[in-house]
Amino acid sequence: MDSGNLVLQYFLSGITKGSIYAVVAIGFNLIYSATGVLNFAQGEFVMLGGMLAVTLAHFTPLPVAVTGAVAAVAVIGCLLEILFFRKLRHHSVLHLIIITIGLSIVIQEAALHLWDEKVRSLPYFTGNEVSSIPFFGATIPPQVLWVLGTVAVTVILLHVFLKYTLQGRAMRACSSNPEAAMLAGINIPNMRTLSFGLSAALGALAGCVISPMTMTQYDMGAPLAIKGFAAAIFGGLGNPMASVVGGLLVGVLEAFSVKWLPAAYSDVAAFAIMLLVLFVRPHGLLGRPEGASVRDH
Amino acid sequence: MKTTLLVVVGVCGLGLQGFVQNGFAAARSQPVKIGAIFSVTGPASFLGAPEAKTAKMFIDKINAGGGIRGYKLELVLKDSAGSPEKAVSFAKQLIEEEKVLAIIGPSTSGETMQIKALCEENKMILVSCAAAEVIVNPVARYVFKTPQKDSQAVTWIFRTMKEKRISRIAVVTSNDGFGVAGKKQLEDLAKTEGIEILANEVYDKQATDLTDILTKIKGTPGVQAVVNWSIVPAQSIVAKNLKQLGMDVPLFQSHGFGNRKYVEQAGVAAEGTLFPAGRLLVVDELPNRHPQKKVLASYRKDYEEMFKEDVSTFGGHAYDAFLIVTEALKKAGTPDRDKVRDAIEQLQGLVGTAGVFNFSATDHTGLDLSAFEMLTVKNGRFTIYKK
Repeated sequence: MDSGNLVLQYFLSGITKGSIYAVVAIGFNLIYSATGVLNFAQGEFVMLGGMLAVTLAHFTPLPVAVTGAVAAVAVIGCLLEILFFRKLRHHSVLHLIIITIGLSIVIQEAALHLWDEKVRSLPYFTGNEVSSIPFFGATIPPQVLWVLGTVAVTVILLHVFLKYTLQGRAMRACSSNPEAAMLAGINIPNMRTLSFGLSAALGALAGCVISPMTMTQYDMGAPLAIKGFAAAIFGGLGNPMASVVGGLLVGVLEAFSVKWLPAAYSDVAAFAIMLLVLFVRPHGLLGRPEGASVRDH
Repeated sequence: MKTTLLVVVGVCGLGLQGFVQNGFAAARSQPVKIGAIFSVTGPASFLGAPEAKTAKMFIDKINAGGGIRGYKLELVLKDSAGSPEKAVSFAKQLIEEEKVLAIIGPSTSGETMQIKALCEENKMILVSCAAAEVIVNPVARYVFKTPQKDSQAVTWIFRTMKEKRISRIAVVTSNDGFGVAGKKQLEDLAKTEGIEILANEVYDKQATDLTDILTKIKGTPGVQAVVNWSIVPAQSIVAKNLKQLGMDVPLFQSHGFGNRKYVEQAGVAAEGTLFPAGRLLVVDELPNRHPQKKVLASYRKDYEEMFKEDVSTFGGHAYDAFLIVTEALKKAGTPDRDKVRDAIEQLQGLVGTAGVFNFSATDHTGLDLSAFEMLTVKNGRFTIYKK
């Protein structure tokens, strides 16, 4: 394998990791845009999606299991908003963020008792554990293409939703100027619930497509939430497209750092570069000050 | 004034407590407490969960049979979730509050090393279910362990490599206690066994993708085999990523691979993986006259019937630990911690799941190289590796 192919292989490895971070970051962004809350339970949606899909897959075909899991987690997301955040909306954003951390711990413990501590996974959507597609001298497992495809499709759908549908525009209006939105007759609490539901559904879908590769376990959510959050900040909060860029960049940086540094330092390298970028651009690579990007989206 | 009152109350309390304890000690009906710290949840749950199940099963069986010399046993089980900090606080609790006869566990080497000194200071018997050699080398008077030593596992791996004419390898290890200890043994023994380590990488114990590390190894010319040393689910991921990258070198794993769930998770990618392990996983292949056959077959049958899941070597390590403590208690005849400790050192020819234990004052593992067998994965099952 010559060095050119190796570089490509590192890149693909980075894309694999990065696409996972990206899809978590999109979920962060959705809720942030609509409510101003950073939902640290985002990783738990991913975990729940994977867990539910694995369980459902015992009884139903894979596509049904995935759809069912996504729908169920979307309902859970809506319920969380209605039960906790709707009642507490007069508290400061910081309070709400801390509540999300609490929720993430509760969901994790609940999953531990509902299922168990064991690692499980969905079958590979295409091929099996050893299949890979040759790609200019490097290789790429088909599941990575599923993840990338899912990210691409959801980002496009999300873009269309936020920009061209009445509901999507209403959601953006809520984040841009809640009072004006309310005066225009938009039901803000419902919009917030919708954003939680959407974000939970996205997370669950991510949990399903990554399950064959990363495996699903009750405590997988927290590390994902941290990386996804970093990716969201890196790309620029408030802009789902930017999360994709942020996520992929964090992944690629991690992968390439392994080329020159011991693998143990890959997180350090990725985060060091991220911090440097944030010193220069505090609002992220593609973000604009005061989250203006949401409004202009 | 207030202080005086408190002191008075305190003294009364102490007196009462002493009275109650003496009163109970007179009766043999007071059960002997045995503490256990296992990582039932968390990243090392593959170890801790079967260990905890085995512990409950073992204690129930002993009590159903009338206990040890009339003493009933009581299990005090703590879940450390793989966290050394929790293991330390549970160990303190077991020593100071529960006043157990012995502590079984923890499941991982990192946790065990955190409480080794604590147990030694408090003269508390510790029978660890973790494998790293540092647990019993240097020997601490009160610290024992049941799994085979990691140096023995490395020796087995290197010998198999020599038979396969492999001399240049890549090593990947996890950044937890087991991985760090294994890395050191691999590095040390490679020199004496004439094996050259060309690439040596450490990954996070929660890693979910190792393609980048393996790409680095793929780009290192001359690598004839990859050795992975960890107990975390990454063991399955290494196998998958290796095959996905199209690398066709043999994969060796540590004795931490002895749980069929790892094979299930890796699917066909696990085929051909080589690893040293005790004989529990291949009990069907053993001849009837093999000394361990009876113990292994009965433990496996009990476990699989009760919990409806495949037996793993880790549960076996807990079985051995309880066996050692109860046998020593039987020998000592009294739940006196020092006498039981002395009795453990005198145990000879004790047949456990990991091998035949022969303890001494200098050997607190009691197992030799013959406790291992080289295993491989064939059609999703463990089987003895034949050249």
